[in-house]
Amino acid sequence: ISSRVSMQSNEGHPDVIYDDEKEEDATDDDVTVEDEDGYDERKRQKLLEAIGTLSGKRKKTLGERSEAAVHMSEFTVNVEGEGDKVDLSDLIGSMKTTPGLSGKSKKRLKNMEQSRKTIECPLSKQESERIRRDLAFQKVSKEVSHWKSVIRQNERAEQLVFPLNQEHSGPKPIERVVMDWKAQTPLEQEVFTLLSANKQPINDPILTPTEEASVKAMSLEEAKVRRAELQKARALQSYYEAKARRQRKIKSKKYHKVLNKAKSKDFQKQFDEMVKRDPAAALEELNKMEMARMQERMSLKHQNSSKWARSKAIMAKYDEGARKAIQQQLEVNKDLTQKLVTSLNKEEEETMEEEGNADVVPDFVNDAEQGLDFSNPWMTGKLSQDCVEKETSNAVTIRAEENVAEEEEVEETEEEVLLREFDNRRKRRQAQEADAPVMLMEEEEENKDASDKEEEELSEFTSLFKGLAEGCGEADTAAEQEKELKIRCQEDEELLTQGKEAEEEEATDKGPVVPQHPPATENAQKTGKSRKRRKGIELKQVLTKGAQVLQVPFAPTIEDAEDSEEKLDQRGLIKEAFAGDDIISDFLKEKRKQEDAGKPKAVDLTLPGWGEWGGGGLQPSCRKRRKFRRKMTPPTPRKDQHLPGVIISEKRSSSIRLHQVNALPFPFESPSVFENTIRSALGRTWNTERTVKKVTKPKVVTKLGAIIEPMTREELVKDKNGASAGTSSSVKRKP
Amino acid sequence: MQPGGPGIPQCNARSPSLFTINTWLVCSLLANIFVAIIFPFCKRVPLRYQMKVKVIARNPDDYVRETKLDIQRVPRNYDPSLHPFEVSREYTRALNATKLERVFAKPFVASLDGHRDGVNCMAKHAKSLSTLLSGSCDGELKVWNLSKHECVRTLQAHEGFVRGMVVRYCGTSFFTVGDDKTIKQWKMESPGYGEEEEPINTILGKTVYTGLDHHQNDPVFATCGQQVDIWDEQRSSPIRSFTWGVDSFSSVHFNPVETELLASCASDRSIVLYDMRESTPLKKVIMTMRSNTLSWNPMEAYYFTCANEDYNLYTYDMRYLAKPIMVHMDHVSAVLDVDYAPTGKEFVSASFDKTIRIFAKDGGHSREVYHTKRMQHVICIKWSADNKYILSGSDEMNIRLWKANAAEKLGVLAPREREAANYSQKLKEKFQHHPQIRRIARHRHLPKTIYHQTKELRVMKEARRRKEKNVRKHSKPGSVPVVSEKEKHVVTVVK
Repeated sequence: ISSRVSMQSNEGHPDVIYDDEKEEDATDDDVTVEDEDGYDERKRQKLLEAIGTLSGKRKKTLGERSEAAVHMSEFTVNVEGEGDKVDLSDLIGSMKTTPGLSGKSKKRLKNMEQSRKTIECPLSKQESERIRRDLAFQKVSKEVSHWKSVIRQNERAEQLVFPLNQEHSGPKPIERVVMDWKAQTPLEQEVFTLLSANKQPINDPILTPTEEASVKAMSLEEAKVRRAELQKARALQSYYEAKARRQRKIKSKKYHKVLNKAKSKDFQKQFDEMVKRDPAAALEELNKMEMARMQERMSLKHQNSSKWARSKAIMAKYDEGARKAIQQQLEVNKDLTQKLVTSLNKEEEETMEEEGNADVVPDFVNDAEQGLDFSNPWMTGKLSQDCVEKETSNAVTIRAEENVAEEEEVEETEEEVLLREFDNRRKRRQAQEADAPVMLMEEEEENKDASDKEEEELSEFTSLFKGLAEGCGEADTAAEQEKELKIRCQEDEELLTQGKEAEEEEATDKGPVVPQHPPATENAQKTGKSRKRRKGIELKQVLTKGAQVLQVPFAPTIEDAEDSEEKLDQRGLIKEAFAGDDIISDFLKEKRKQEDAGKPKAVDLTLPGWGEWGGGGLQPSCRKRRKFRRKMTPPTPRKDQHLPGVIISEKRSSSIRLHQVNALPFPFESPSVFENTIRSALGRTWNTERTVKKVTKPKVVTKLGAIIEPMTREELVKDKNGASAGTSSSVKRKP
Repeated sequence: MQPGGPGIPQCNARSPSLFTINTWLVCSLLANIFVAIIFPFCKRVPLRYQMKVKVIARNPDDYVRETKLDIQRVPRNYDPSLHPFEVSREYTRALNATKLERVFAKPFVASLDGHRDGVNCMAKHAKSLSTLLSGSCDGELKVWNLSKHECVRTLQAHEGFVRGMVVRYCGTSFFTVGDDKTIKQWKMESPGYGEEEEPINTILGKTVYTGLDHHQNDPVFATCGQQVDIWDEQRSSPIRSFTWGVDSFSSVHFNPVETELLASCASDRSIVLYDMRESTPLKKVIMTMRSNTLSWNPMEAYYFTCANEDYNLYTYDMRYLAKPIMVHMDHVSAVLDVDYAPTGKEFVSASFDKTIRIFAKDGGHSREVYHTKRMQHVICIKWSADNKYILSGSDEMNIRLWKANAAEKLGVLAPREREAANYSQKLKEKFQHHPQIRRIARHRHLPKTIYHQTKELRVMKEARRRKEKNVRKHSKPGSVPVVSEKEKHVVTVVK
């Protein structure tokens, strides 16, 4: 067609000629057979197209430029099936008939024919390059990583001597000297040939090559055995760990019960054996067991953790009997845990009876003494009973110092007056608690309203505090604390009164109201307890298991006293918990100590033997000592002189600080390590020659005028050999 | 002073000193008499009559020196109570040692002048410590004798710059590349009388070569220009060429330990790693600014340090290129060259800011800075193969020889001298964290421009840091991540 195109363009059709356009123009002078054939086909195509257009919209066919060679055969003959794809079957078709082909290959060909999978197209150049690069890099980095051990070793080495592979100076072993020597005379040559033929050692007369080989082989075997052992051990360990983990995760109670039983059985067996073997040890073991059992029993008893207790606790809501039982149980628990307290209580009661006329003794005495225990700020914080007590306690905290004993006596009277006042108030409040609305009315006549009272208390407290502590600056903070506490207390009180009212209502149903204990006795009990408890065993600490806290509605108790006792117990608990720490006095003591340490001491400059006889057992005369005793000038007043709650250390001196390290330097992890490095002296004044040499060894040693070559692969090999032989390779580097 | 020594009985307390002297006299006399007179007879006395007498005995070996050249033997009592205040005394010694170090810190040894243009490249001789080769910007090449401080040979190697130079591992010949697109191989020894100065070999290339390095122990060398080529010495065409995108490379360096590896710095701000045995490059890391050159650690196979245009040097582990293991800061202008000490513990860098700095391989800041008034932009730097000297070639046509340790005494040290130096070195190390000592040890005098520029840079950095902090503070938590200094300078790693 291309020829035709060119022809037609010659005739004056400049545009590109397409097949389908040219049907009419085909009536040219030189119509060949090929053209006629083409004509027929074109006709057919047109027909097909026409049929196609009948069905619907006419699809616009794109002009297509065809390649001439496809349509034209070399021999101007149209090729049959030109548009078809060549199939594999077309190629293999002839194979079937070929007789010489084996069955196997035929089969394979058949399989190939059947498989319809297409081969994936090859990756783009960029991607394949990238993959190749990546692989190469991985290979290289792996290779390079072999140096890791060498590098690390060199980093850790105490001393590196460069150049690395230096010839050892000094006398060489004979073998190495002999190495260069060559057999020259025929006899020598003969001898050496014999030796070499029998593989006898020439230079290193220790092992023949075969021997060495055998040694090496053995070492390999050993290594293998060792490795196997290690593997086994590791596997066993991992199994064991997995098992333990599994067992620990099992939640089944029954399983654990069985396990425990098995364990105990095992133990029993062992014990039986021990009885036969070593009766003394068995006895000891028995004792231990007994002790453990006792402890267990003691700790478990009345701890409200038993099944019974729990069930009762549930029932207590509905059943009165159960409630009572639980109450009793709690009671017992309390008794048990505070055994000593109860016994002391009895004593106290006895003493009270002896005294008989408790009214004569003013209540505040007890209060004040009780305050001694409240020197503990924990206590003051927790106390929600009455604020007045707290105030006194705070006041006495400062008084607790032994150092201000003299002033204390002076102030005693003033204190008494105040304390009495406080006590009055406290009593009033207790009465308030008992029957709030009625009593309040009565009290109001005597006193101002509550807020006024509080303010008054506050001011009084502060004044008292200041008076006592003479400039202990804690007054302000304490006052603030007090204020807060007071607010809290009032809330608490309200709650309490409400609760009490409810209780009392109940109580009136049940029976007659037992009159309240006088506060004095109560206080006495408290003080007694607190005094003695310090000496007693603290059962809470002994018990292995803490008491279960049961939330049980109160049994309809009749006595208020019991109730107060309970409160008391709570306080007792707190007291016990923080019995040890008396922070404020500790702090004050410490401050005093620091002040004393800061005071300059007198210096004795007496020189014995000057102007009089000297010698052992002789003291310089008194006069002389007095003469040469230099009193130092009093120091400048301390900065924290007027700040009782603060200790300002005056040890820091600016002149020394310039030379001191103020932050822990980098490689050190703790100050102690750093201090140790500083503390150890290096010089020959303190160390022997050898130590000094060892300690002051420089990290890098180079030889004068020697070229230091870069590290070579031999180092790596050496390192590997060294590692396999179990010796350090850096022997050479650390002479 | 306690009257009377320990162990001497005191009968008369009133005159103890007199008594003491008498006792000593009597004792020594008695001993002498015993040794001289009685002892010979003692042998004949039967054993049961022998009396045990305690005598002060001294072995002359303990106190007599062998030759008169030996120092006097001083018996010492190491009882710590006799030598109190050890820490304070050593502190004083350390302080003095530090001060003396600063007093004796005179690093400049010599200046070699003779070039008629800026020194562009230098090469160490592989086998001789005292030989140095240098090529200048006018194509002239000079061979120097360092011990005599003189030029032994001059030749016009190229037209235009001598771009690179390397001595063959055997030290018998060296290669140069220049702006005239040629690679030339020259004999190390100067031509005999009447012979012409001619290269052994000349290879004409198609493009300009900018760098050159020789394999550690094979007759193979590498050049870089538009691509990195590996050449066999016997052939006139490269045996392998590496390209990765179109870029020009500024330097190429063989790894001295893993000798088949190479690294090159390209102008697209990247550092590319190669393996000579592979047909493709291995990896490349692109940084925020261009690296001028790099140097492999001669003792640690996978570490190399590159000198960057952003005033910093970066030490990389070639296996993990995503983040340099250390950023070395202190220069105030582009770093032009870097070379490792042969011990692999330190390296030296040359900068456009007219200074040379010495860094510990794992130190973020330099331990030393060298500069002189006349030294201009330092273009090339070398650390001598015996770890003692540093050689710098600079713009103003001079090559300078420096000591690697500024305060070190040159030459052979007497044993006592060496011990004293070791001791004071250890003392300095021990007390290096004490502020006074640190202050003195760190103090360096800097040219005014550099001093102010350092300050300025510090201010800029602080401002940037503050700004970033503020941005972080006022944006959603986690939206502005904290990027460490090490990560900041790496753009990406290309596989």
